[in-house]
Amino acid sequence: MQTHSYTSRRELETYHFHPMVAALVPLAFLLLQAFLPKIFPRLLILDLPLVAVIFFAVARRSPIAGTITGTVIGLLQDALTHQPIGVNGIAKAIIGYAASSIGVQVDVENLTTRILMNFVLSWVQSLLLFLIFRYLLGLRDTHLVWLHELVRASLNTAVAIPVFLLLDRVKLRE
Amino acid sequence: MESFFSRFKNQLVLIVILLVQTIALAVQVRRPVEPGHPDAESVRLLRYWASSLMTPAERISTGFGHSVRGGWSSYVGLRNVRAENEALKKQIAEMRLQQAAISEDALEGQRLQKLLDFREHYVASTIAAQVIGTSGSEQSRMLTLNKGYEDGLKTDMAVITPDGIVGKLRLVFPHSSELLLVNDPTSGAGVILESTRIRAILHGSANGRVQITNLTQDSRIKPGEKVITSGGDQVFPRGLAVGVIESIVPDPEHQPYTLITLKPAANLFQLEEVLVITGTQPNLPGDAQQQLAADAEKHAADVSAERLPSIHDGPATEADPSKPTDETAPPANNSTDLVPKPKPALHPDRYSPGTAAPAAELTPGSPRPATDAPAVEPVRKTPVAPETPKEP
Repeated sequence: MQTHSYTSRRELETYHFHPMVAALVPLAFLLLQAFLPKIFPRLLILDLPLVAVIFFAVARRSPIAGTITGTVIGLLQDALTHQPIGVNGIAKAIIGYAASSIGVQVDVENLTTRILMNFVLSWVQSLLLFLIFRYLLGLRDTHLVWLHELVRASLNTAVAIPVFLLLDRVKLRE
Repeated sequence: MESFFSRFKNQLVLIVILLVQTIALAVQVRRPVEPGHPDAESVRLLRYWASSLMTPAERISTGFGHSVRGGWSSYVGLRNVRAENEALKKQIAEMRLQQAAISEDALEGQRLQKLLDFREHYVASTIAAQVIGTSGSEQSRMLTLNKGYEDGLKTDMAVITPDGIVGKLRLVFPHSSELLLVNDPTSGAGVILESTRIRAILHGSANGRVQITNLTQDSRIKPGEKVITSGGDQVFPRGLAVGVIESIVPDPEHQPYTLITLKPAANLFQLEEVLVITGTQPNLPGDAQQQLAADAEKHAADVSAERLPSIHDGPATEADPSKPTDETAPPANNSTDLVPKPKPALHPDRYSPGTAAPAAELTPGSPRPATDAPAVEPVRKTPVAPETPKEP
């Protein structure tokens, strides 16, 4: 009977991307994140760069690659705001690391796993951002509104699932 | 040792990256903020690169959106243009009436300000800019504008819409700039409550609301009161609309202060075009002053007409012979006799009106011309009792 060990699935399901895809997809997500709320202000609740981080980190299945992907996308996201550079960088580096670590241990092609992973990681990012604002930046007025973060996590998941299906087409098997 | 690094390399990379970013955060937070330079040069450069990367695409997207919407609205607009034209004409007529009333108030306000030597700043010049993007984050209420310092914009310039204030420019790049909205937690503005004249400081909140938190409980402050800029922050000129008070509740975290939430006059969540104030001046702009002067002239004529009805009414206002005559009463016509003449002096002297020659006929140093009035002896320099002028 064939068994899937840690090493065997990692070897089987590790993907890479064309450099253009690896560069342009996160940029496109950052652009959409900056542009869409201008037309629909309520879309500020979404975090499309987070979806990109999770997707690339999971597909590459390398915690180092996931950490670096998260850091780069997070720093770019910070540069478009007026917050100190590093807020999203730290949060997304941890998310990238966590996503790729999950990717090497569970079957992330499964729809249920994807839904759970996106929901939990989105919520974890909200918690990380709250901790960074509250304790690293010392902004005592920052509060975590649980219901709002629950809605954010649900919406991010709802967007992530079709986006993952779309981006599955640009994956290249190693 | 080698096995340790190879075994824990993933965790080590994560720790190093987090450590570097944490140190970078600490350095940025500890840096003292200088006016006009909210970021260090390296951070500013990073933001500039990110902005340069995003702005072209945002411009294209915005331009495309405007073309589509413009085309559609032109088609729809043509269908209703006649009715809209009539409505606008009516609106202009109403606004003219309002303007006449407002100009009288403005005139009175200017007079009072001169009396108080109060220095008012009027908006002298503005530049219209288009919103092409956002920060994309709920924690950062910031917008990207399509104009930068090549167009004359500078850091800390106030940004408004015809409805009210919007924010100020935080960073200005060559062809784009970043607008920090007033509902951002790091934003602030000096304001006055319009009817109570209470001064306060306004700032944004984490959930994107505009709030005043530095006032204690005051029964005079009520929901619905208008709030305007005070000019004390040196960013927004005085008197611009900010919004109206929406709710007043005790601030549970900062007693005994109240949490006053405003409804912003400008729709901060759906901005398309804004005006950047590039210059202010202590007086009203030239054309506005001319308009005001014309209005003042008209106002003065109206007042004269009201107070001197005989100008227009003529025979209807002739003096009633049955009424007792009063020599000191002002004449009822608009001639040179408008200023009442004084009664003749009982004992005229050189100080009496009409006894001195006109100033144009006098020559400096020449002897005093002879008049009908009696001569007065010069005052003696010796300390003797003063003589009274002799009677003629």
